[in-house]
Amino acid sequence: MARFLLKRFGLALITLVLLSMIVFAAAQLLPGDVGRNILGGFADQRSVDLLNHQLGVDRPVYVQYGDWISHLVRGDLGMSLEYKVSVSSLLGPSLLHSLKLAALAFVLVVPLSILGGVTAALRQGRITDRTITVRGLSLTAVPEFVTAIVLIVIFGVALGLLPTTAQAPPGASFLTQIKFLLLPSLALVAVLFGYIARIARAGVIEALDADYTRTAYLKGLDTKTVIRRHVLRNALLPTIAVVATQTGYLIGGLVVIEKLFNYPGIGQRIYVAAQNKDFTMLESGVLVIGMVYLLATLVADTLYSLLNPRIRYGGVD
Amino acid sequence: MSAATAPVQLSESKLARRETWGQLGRSKTFVVGAVVVGFWIFWAIAGSHLTPQDPLALGTHILVRPGGAHWLGTDSLGRDVLSRVLAGATGVMKIAPLATLLGVAGGTVVGLVTGYFRGLVDEALGRLIDALLALPLIVIAVTALVALGASNGTLIVVIGVVFTPLVARTVRAAVLAERDLDYVSAARLRGERAPYILFAEMLPNVMGPIIVEATVRLGYAIFAVAGLTFLGFGIQPPSPDWSLQISQNYALLSGGSYWWTVLFPGLAIATLVVGVNLIADGLTQVLER
Repeated sequence: MARFLLKRFGLALITLVLLSMIVFAAAQLLPGDVGRNILGGFADQRSVDLLNHQLGVDRPVYVQYGDWISHLVRGDLGMSLEYKVSVSSLLGPSLLHSLKLAALAFVLVVPLSILGGVTAALRQGRITDRTITVRGLSLTAVPEFVTAIVLIVIFGVALGLLPTTAQAPPGASFLTQIKFLLLPSLALVAVLFGYIARIARAGVIEALDADYTRTAYLKGLDTKTVIRRHVLRNALLPTIAVVATQTGYLIGGLVVIEKLFNYPGIGQRIYVAAQNKDFTMLESGVLVIGMVYLLATLVADTLYSLLNPRIRYGGVD
Repeated sequence: MSAATAPVQLSESKLARRETWGQLGRSKTFVVGAVVVGFWIFWAIAGSHLTPQDPLALGTHILVRPGGAHWLGTDSLGRDVLSRVLAGATGVMKIAPLATLLGVAGGTVVGLVTGYFRGLVDEALGRLIDALLALPLIVIAVTALVALGASNGTLIVVIGVVFTPLVARTVRAAVLAERDLDYVSAARLRGERAPYILFAEMLPNVMGPIIVEATVRLGYAIFAVAGLTFLGFGIQPPSPDWSLQISQNYALLSGGSYWWTVLFPGLAIATLVVGVNLIADGLTQVLER
């Protein structure tokens, strides 16, 4: 198991380095002449060159990247071009807000979608199955801000049950905070539900078909025990992996949802940074999102290997 | 294959094609999806020519409730919501298919080459895809669009480029399953060149998964264009695009509850993406058996 995890950790590290290169390329190289952008089209070439030299952007690309990454690993994300304060002091609280929202979405979607998927699989081919599958698929396809609009119109405007903004007043109790976060997280749940349910369904159907399930039935176990001890244990393993890969999507959804609900999370930060062309903030935000995703994948791998005896006892890697 | 058997082969493939269409025609999901998407294709082409009113014309009756002269009401500038919803298909229906086409074409070439030759490029590409997957599409696209400047052209290119490695992975998997089959070895032994083997021999055989992938990608492309436009990095005003309507009017929701200005464009997006996904679902069932 240690070897398996070590390998996964190594791969995540390589991915992270590649990711930093992509982000660096997108945020530092694509915008073109930095000095020209800051000073405008009418500035003379000499002052543009001078500014570029002061900013260090006239150095070779690999030197700039090395410089950027060496600051990065020491936790120095640079100064925000827009706010003139350190990026990390702004990103930290935003990340915390987003994690709250994402956590609520996860707490809601994981049991719901697994229940949905397992139910669909056990009623395979029947009307319950078709309903869950088609509904789930349709919900997944609809952009989250559209689902959110429909939810706001129903629960916020027509029924007046839930607040239409996400940020609870300062000092609000835990339950009030959850009430405010419910609509935005439900929009995220809608998009994730179909996908996770689909994987859970496929896993259960495969396990129901497997020889060990037939053996379990033949040795006289009742259906409940077979489902619980043989089918679910095997079926839910791939689901865990999928849940982790969906974190990447989840954070992407946050950009749109946080804007819609005016919620001060990391998605909102990235959005505002993009609008103001605050590239230091933008690249740090994007990188943080990538890191969160990789971390989630690592956690999922660890969980997976702990739950799967075939890896726990070191057979497979 | 000798020349004598060729005509039989041809009619057989024709028969197979007819059977595929027949199966699609019997698939309820496919038919429903095709009808919905067909409806929006019609309005995307008809545009503002057939709408009851000019979707861009300002009016003095602002924020009129649905009913009467304005079936779906008017927005904050007095524009007819029904006309705007019908005309709103044009932008996304142009950009999303083009972006998909670009991504599928690029991904097919990359997938064929890496799947057939394997080796270092294959490994490197795999890692690159993993790195890209760590970022949500919308975040990559926002970064690139800010750097390059938002326009319909960049929107198509950015989405297409992001799709390329994802499509390549699917095509590669299909190619891996094909590359050791007899017809490929036969072509190789005949001394055919690699491009011929890839595009004339293998490509027709992996067309099924590619078509399915293209439809699925089209759904994601609409999703992406909608999200990016909502954020202000996609289709630009004064287009009556659905996502633009939502982003221009959603602030009114909490204020005066003018729900019709956002709900109808929202439902329009929802029907389009669900339609595309129903088509994809139907195609998967028929082609990937």
